[in-house]
Amino acid sequence: MTNPANDQYDNHRYSTFKPNHWGYYLLLVLAVLFAVFAAHSAYTIEHAGHHITGMNNHIVWGLPHVFAISLIVAASGALNGASMSSLFGNKAYKPYARLSIALAISLLIGGLLVLVLDLGRPDRLIVAMTHYNFRSIFAWNIFLYTGFIFIGIFYLWMLMERKMNRYVTKAGSLAFVWRIILTSGTGSIFGFLVGRNALDTAIMAPLFIALSLAMGTAILAMAFIAMAHWQHQQFGAALAESLEKLLLWFLLAVFYFSIVHHLTNLYASEHHTIERHILSGQHSVMFWLGHVLLGVAIPVTLIVLRPIGSIIKRLIIVSILALLGGAALVYVVVIGSQSTPQRIFPGHEIVSSNFGDAGFAAYSASVWEWGLGLGGIAVAVLLSLFVLRILPFSPVAMSDDGNKV
Amino acid sequence: MTSNRQKTTDTELSGTARRRFLQNIGAIGAVAALSSLSLVELSAQPKVARWGLLIDTDKCATGCDACVRGCNEEHGIEDTGNPDTDAQWIRKIDLKDKLTSKLSSLPMMCQHCDSAPCVDVCPTGASFKRDDGVVLVNKHTCIGCRYCVMACPYKARSFIHENLFNQKTIAPRGKGTVESCTLCVHRIDAGGDQQTACADACINEGYNAILFGDLNNPDSEISTKLKEQGGMELRADLELKTGVRYRNL
Repeated sequence: MTNPANDQYDNHRYSTFKPNHWGYYLLLVLAVLFAVFAAHSAYTIEHAGHHITGMNNHIVWGLPHVFAISLIVAASGALNGASMSSLFGNKAYKPYARLSIALAISLLIGGLLVLVLDLGRPDRLIVAMTHYNFRSIFAWNIFLYTGFIFIGIFYLWMLMERKMNRYVTKAGSLAFVWRIILTSGTGSIFGFLVGRNALDTAIMAPLFIALSLAMGTAILAMAFIAMAHWQHQQFGAALAESLEKLLLWFLLAVFYFSIVHHLTNLYASEHHTIERHILSGQHSVMFWLGHVLLGVAIPVTLIVLRPIGSIIKRLIIVSILALLGGAALVYVVVIGSQSTPQRIFPGHEIVSSNFGDAGFAAYSASVWEWGLGLGGIAVAVLLSLFVLRILPFSPVAMSDDGNKV
Repeated sequence: MTSNRQKTTDTELSGTARRRFLQNIGAIGAVAALSSLSLVELSAQPKVARWGLLIDTDKCATGCDACVRGCNEEHGIEDTGNPDTDAQWIRKIDLKDKLTSKLSSLPMMCQHCDSAPCVDVCPTGASFKRDDGVVLVNKHTCIGCRYCVMACPYKARSFIHENLFNQKTIAPRGKGTVESCTLCVHRIDAGGDQQTACADACINEGYNAILFGDLNNPDSEISTKLKEQGGMELRADLELKTGVRYRNL
């Protein structure tokens, strides 16, 4: 019989990640190659200048920002695995708490690296760390991101040190609150732009929170399944079902906020141009095919109707689709908002301008931007694997009941 | 006896206290008098200037880009043939009123907002507003994040995409940082009665559509014209209190 007093302790056995599968080596090689190409891309962009990218003075934030934001929101969502056990008492997640924190920190570092390497002056990172304008949500985010890493490490300490296990709930609560603030801050980067009609809405914060939960959970699901498979372990069905159920609700939440955003915009005539642009113009494929169909409709249908019998296969497909759909939504928010002409002269039609004020701006990412963005994912993968290989974050046996090993 | 001594001591104490009280009152009075003198002195000083532009769109000619050329020449901005990545401190825009079909032409530049969104969003404080209302970028602390470009409601900021050579000392510029119209701050700081380079170019072309001056000086030409003829802010709904105003739009 289980002693309830022991619940506060983590009685699972952990070891370092010991993969024995070609899939692991393939991932490792790909990650190294992409990371090297990302370093080359960053070097090339910084030396030649951003004119070699697809970005310009209309679209100043391009594909690297889509990757960076996706990684950052996924990072805060990946912490959900730890929160599920520490805060919400779901024991199936308990053996994975360490892993989810390690993944969260790695994803955040990967995202931040892309953001920093895309700066016009990445050599001035020290300036960004020593000069703060506290009216800027960007400046606040610097604290939120570094705070997230420190809180994550503190949370890991509480989980790994048996004497400190009793503080896990408190550490988990702090991390949970911090990550909600962090994702609100990331969403607010866009929500505070008064000059851009497509943005300038408070709904960006909850939309990004929902997106982070969906993308983070999708990454957790894929990581858990891959780790179990590559170590020839069984993956718990209860955990798989729980992850699938979570993904269903998170995807529906993303869709809800997305619908509310666009319906309220359609109600106000001042937003009609941007809505036409996104729903039926240049970004309609990304919106309808990427976000709505691939990102919500198909995964939700797969979860609800279960046409694929194997839950593991279903979960992998749903997770991949959730990630692609999430990235598509971030693309529409970041690029779509910039490619629409700004409303500088209400009541007037722009006849001509030598700086493209009249039309929609086109954007086509260069190979360097792809390199930098994919490199962020590669760095997150390499960092996670490095941590997992040297620290005991991998549960020795997967079980549906957190109290049994 | 004891009571008499006590009474004397009380009287002495109360006398001392009274003297101290009066001294304190005197000191406070002196400080107050000095402060009020200083306040009178301060209020007598002229208000800090608030530099701005008044643009008459009726005088601005369609097809003329003298102001753009004048600005580029003054600040060493070169045309590389790619307007999408070149710096655009000023651009010309032709408009048609949707209701009346009236055609207008105007130069568009940084509006030098009093509540500048670019200043608010800049993480390092590199975007800043001087006391005289000129919005600038500190080239030493700009990290090239482009958040200010995203935030500007007027699309008036440019990120430098390419290496620059032979920059002018009056306009420090560099790859990887953001820049915009400085309201010819080097001319302002040199003193005198100088106009901005764009205004000079417009006058030389014979249009006289751009007027530069001190919005805080009620006797300046710009203030007088604004008082008599009015002038509108672009995106007045945002309440940014711009330093650049337009007439006849």
